[in-house]
Amino acid sequence: MLEISDLTHSYGAYQALGGVNLTVAEGELVCVVGPSGCGKSTLLRSIGGLLRPTGGRVLVQGRPVEKVPDDLAIVFQDYSRSLFPWMTVADNVSLPLRRRGGDRRSRDTAAMEALEQVGLPAAAGKYPWELSGGMQQRVAIARALAYKPALMLMDEPFGSVDAQTREDLEDLVLQVRRSSGMTIVLITHDIDESVYVGDRVVVLSKSPATVVGDLRVELPEPRDQIATREHPDFVHLRAEVGRLVRGMRSGGPAAAETGAETGAEAEADSPELDPATAEPAPVAPKA
Amino acid sequence: MTNARKALRGVLGVAGFLLVMEALGRTGIIDPYLIPLASTILTGAARLLTNGEFLSQVGVTLSSCAIGLLLAVAVAVPLGMAMGTVPAVERSLRPLVEFLRPIPSLALLPLAMFLFLSGEQGKIALIVYTSCWPLLINTLYGLRDVDPLAKETLRSFGFGSYDVVRLVSLPSAAPFITTGVRIAASVALIVAVSVELVAGGDGIGVFVTQASSGNRRDVVLAATLWTGVIGLLVNSLLAKAESRLFRWHRARAGEEAL
Repeated sequence: MLEISDLTHSYGAYQALGGVNLTVAEGELVCVVGPSGCGKSTLLRSIGGLLRPTGGRVLVQGRPVEKVPDDLAIVFQDYSRSLFPWMTVADNVSLPLRRRGGDRRSRDTAAMEALEQVGLPAAAGKYPWELSGGMQQRVAIARALAYKPALMLMDEPFGSVDAQTREDLEDLVLQVRRSSGMTIVLITHDIDESVYVGDRVVVLSKSPATVVGDLRVELPEPRDQIATREHPDFVHLRAEVGRLVRGMRSGGPAAAETGAETGAEAEADSPELDPATAEPAPVAPKA
Repeated sequence: MTNARKALRGVLGVAGFLLVMEALGRTGIIDPYLIPLASTILTGAARLLTNGEFLSQVGVTLSSCAIGLLLAVAVAVPLGMAMGTVPAVERSLRPLVEFLRPIPSLALLPLAMFLFLSGEQGKIALIVYTSCWPLLINTLYGLRDVDPLAKETLRSFGFGSYDVVRLVSLPSAAPFITTGVRIAASVALIVAVSVELVAGGDGIGVFVTQASSGNRRDVVLAATLWTGVIGLLVNSLLAKAESRLFRWHRARAGEEAL
């Protein structure tokens, strides 16, 4: 579904991505975590075709990303800026469908279905600014769902809502994934969230970012906010991801490569991810 | 404070001012011959409402303003859009705009009168010139202020740049453009009356000049009063339309003054 190889990007002299390798299989929900400012958003924008990376390759469904891929939707962190305040909720949700043609009625039906999926059919006629933050982000998710993308990118989608809403939205994403089977790449700085939501957690280093960890999450399904979070494996994984994010066990180039390129097939599910990560050496840029 | 109470305070202020002026005139502190009594001006103003000559002059001024404003919108809004969306256009036109904008429009009156066949055309040309600036600047800033994330959201669904302008930039700049129209409308009235006062022709300004040469200060002030009322009405109607049309803008901008 998604193949990223040796992706680099620099803003002038500042190198944000230092050679990222990542493969995401069809139907997977991959969480990408990393310290703040590590280039997570740059990675997402490169996948989404919003930014032309300075080096490397991104393939979505086998096709190189040159412009925005057809079957892709992005949910941004800042819902209040990403929803259009002059349109009703229903019009916001159906807007992307205009690009696909079709008559107004079928677009409206699709929008209503998507709003029902996120539990907000009653808000259709309201304006985004009349809703709470959590509800607005649900609308943004509904907009992506109505578009029925093969790949959904989420950029810190729950970074601006309170803790309770955040949990609700995490469960919403899990539920959406179960019912639609779409591939999701979710970017977050929240370690707990990445383990709770993901099938896999990919850890990026500080910029220039490389993949320093790729862990398979095998927790009992369906996940539950209370039970999952007290599961020993969850606690274990969370600690492991936490160490990787802080760079405490971040490895050299070897770790970055094995972690990245083996991808989903790797037996990267155990906390003892890679012996090379044992030394607290700074990440060396890939040659 | 509720709106009704705010309005009441305003009315009280105006009534107080009129009472003071009336008292100053009646006690002779201000010579009523130099500045007529407030009551005289008000009755004069009421009488003007049935004065056919005055009403037709008002009509002339208002239609010049309307034509000038429409032409200004047709010129300045597309230009502002081009400047607000294409940085190269802005960079090359900006110095010219900054140079032309501060020129007082009346300074261009002789040129306008020379260039245009009729005084009416020259007047409209000056209205267009002057009201272009607030329209241009507001359109420019409105488009430049479009949230990049809003544009990016649309791009992320594969929309091209034409659709981004049509579906995001224009609606989001619309409140700014409308504010530009409102400011331009006030400016148009000022320029119209000024040109009429200086160059003659037809319009409220001409009516005032004639009343003045007939030494009818009460009529001069009554006509001036109506000009002010017209300006106030146009402004508040447009402001009301703005807040009704762009409820989302105010809801979002919070307390932003319009």
